[in-house]
Amino acid sequence: MSITYLEAIREAQSHALRDDPRVFIYGQDIGAFGGAFKATKNLARDFPGRVLDAPISEDAMVGMAVGAAIEGLRPIIEMQFADFSVVGFNQIVNQAATLFWRTNVPCPITIRLPFGGTEGGGPFHSQSIEAIYAHYPGLIVLTPATVEDAYSMLLEAVAIDDPVIFCEHKFLYYHLKADALPSEALPIGKARIAREGRDLTVVAYSAMVHEALAAAAELSAEGWEIEVVDLRSVKPLDTDTIMASVARTGRLLCVGESWPWGGVTAEIIARVASEGFGLLDVPPQRLNARDTPVPYHPNLWMAHRPTARAIAASARKILRR
Amino acid sequence: MLHTVLDTPPVGETKAARDQTLAAYRLMLTARLLDDKYAALYRGGKIHGGVFLGRGQEALSVAIGISLKKTDIFAPLIRDAAGRLAFGETVVDAIRTYLGSALGPMRGRDGNVHRGRPLEGYLPMVSHLGAMISVVNGTLFARRLKGVSGTVGATCLGDGATSTGAFHEALNQAAVEKLPLVLVVADNQYAYSTPTSRQFVCEDLADKASGYGVAAHSVDGTDLVACLKTAGEAVARARSGEGPQLIVARLLRLCGHGEHDDSHYIDPKLKTSPLGRDCLKVAEEFLLRQQWADSATLDGWRTEVVREIEDAVAQVRREPAPDPYDEKWQAISSRHLIELHDEDSGS
Ligand SMILES: Cc1ncc(C[n+]2csc(CCOP(=O)(O)OP(=O)(O)O)c2C)c(N)n1
Repeated sequence: MSITYLEAIREAQSHALRDDPRVFIYGQDIGAFGGAFKATKNLARDFPGRVLDAPISEDAMVGMAVGAAIEGLRPIIEMQFADFSVVGFNQIVNQAATLFWRTNVPCPITIRLPFGGTEGGGPFHSQSIEAIYAHYPGLIVLTPATVEDAYSMLLEAVAIDDPVIFCEHKFLYYHLKADALPSEALPIGKARIAREGRDLTVVAYSAMVHEALAAAAELSAEGWEIEVVDLRSVKPLDTDTIMASVARTGRLLCVGESWPWGGVTAEIIARVASEGFGLLDVPPQRLNARDTPVPYHPNLWMAHRPTARAIAASARKILRR
Repeated sequence: MLHTVLDTPPVGETKAARDQTLAAYRLMLTARLLDDKYAALYRGGKIHGGVFLGRGQEALSVAIGISLKKTDIFAPLIRDAAGRLAFGETVVDAIRTYLGSALGPMRGRDGNVHRGRPLEGYLPMVSHLGAMISVVNGTLFARRLKGVSGTVGATCLGDGATSTGAFHEALNQAAVEKLPLVLVVADNQYAYSTPTSRQFVCEDLADKASGYGVAAHSVDGTDLVACLKTAGEAVARARSGEGPQLIVARLLRLCGHGEHDDSHYIDPKLKTSPLGRDCLKVAEEFLLRQQWADSATLDGWRTEVVREIEDAVAQVRREPAPDPYDEKWQAISSRHLIELHDEDSGS
């Protein structure tokens, strides 16, 4: 048997609906149609009345989830694309994110964002916007890179009492397969060493983990051993695991598919520079998408985002210092 | 106001109506054949990303495009190949955007239906539904401030997009400012897979207008003649200072949401209902019945248009693709404010 990243997300939702009567799913075209990506295929049939088509009203979708959470339910919201979640931004960052802090009443909602670039996606169907959500206190931001994590982290997202922004990468949906679903998992907030190495720490998350692993394989042929840290969750950020890795390698490269300004990679470098400066043999570096909207044409898109080749090239520069 | 048939016009107006209808038909035909070509290119793996067609919506789309002047503002949406051509877009520009040519208006940076030439009043849609209406409002407001009179701004929308907050905010805004906005809603029964029953419960979307103090027009979107009459009248009323006009056309989307979608969910009863009529066939039958054209002429047009499209595709496929090494990776226009990053930061 083999299961894709997308199927793992469907299975996790099926599991959550089965185990917890407080769970329901709300989003555009997710009912009988099964969603734009088929992440809710057959769930409306299997769980009548609990998988509902929403109007094209992202603000009201999130607002309704917050209201339902106050009443003790555990809504999952599917945004058709992460890019459209910003239409519901006000409800996410001003209602969901502040409720617990203001009232002591938790807001257990999960907002699923199909995110990240795919060929021909263009500026409005490719965005990686984890950093803008991570900026707001009160939100948990998850970025699973594996089939196993997609499954277990989504289940945990639904179970925890805080609003979770669940960033699922569209490129991984069909490309990534595993033999089976996991029976146990690392908890949210723990990073994972995806590959061990002694020469350089590459910190990545979501699809960039796979680009980093490919770069590490390429560099290993040249005699370099790269350690790849998969963050799994960008907020909370597992600084300890990063710091321990940098302590071993003395070199750091952070990779993100999102824009460079004020993002996850900047946050990691700030932390390592201020708390682990002495661990570094050379200045820490980062590699992000270029500081423009995401281009449509594949020639431009491939030069816009970090690729295994670009990661390997950056790594070589750091290793030769 | 409900226009479904054209009352027999006085003889003097007949020629104008006839010329306009024939011109509109030819644009509809071009849009349909262009859509067919995109579909073929998509199936052949020649187009990156999605393909979104306007089959079944050409009559409505062309009617609004042809009713505008070149100095007006037009912000079409995903199913407006016909309206775009009517407003003056060339077949070559349309194909360039789908194929990502570096010579197209979007230079490969944006693609498919996300195209326009803002300085020519042709606004490039963003994907976010409802977001263009207030931008049209802004152009109209600015023209008023600048002392330019007589402009009309039109924009198009689907039934699903009327559920966005942006739609309601912008319609109200246009009413408060009494702007010459014509908002054209294609109520094509589905938003992707979602039937209108999960989108709104009012009898007719045109009912939404009265709450904002906006004039409403309902029309049969499968009937070119009715669409031309309604769009022409709404544009004229907006131009004469009567404020925003909402047009709601009922019809059926005769294709998938995009070419990736087989639209299996469309109710077969709708397909055989009057809503499911193909507006291109309806228009053709009308022209033949009126003896405004004979079938040999229409066949000749089809041959000409097919050739025009094939030539354009051949030309565009020889054009350069965008080159990442020549590309200016800068998103702001104030050159003195462009930040220079370390090259490892990706910029
Ligand atoms: C704010 C926003 N949310 C979601 C989407 C995704 N989306 C693209 S088209 C579409 C359906 C649009 O339906 P409708 O407005 O009826 O137009 P039609 O496709 O029928 O022409 C959806 C949900 C979007 N583009 N913008």
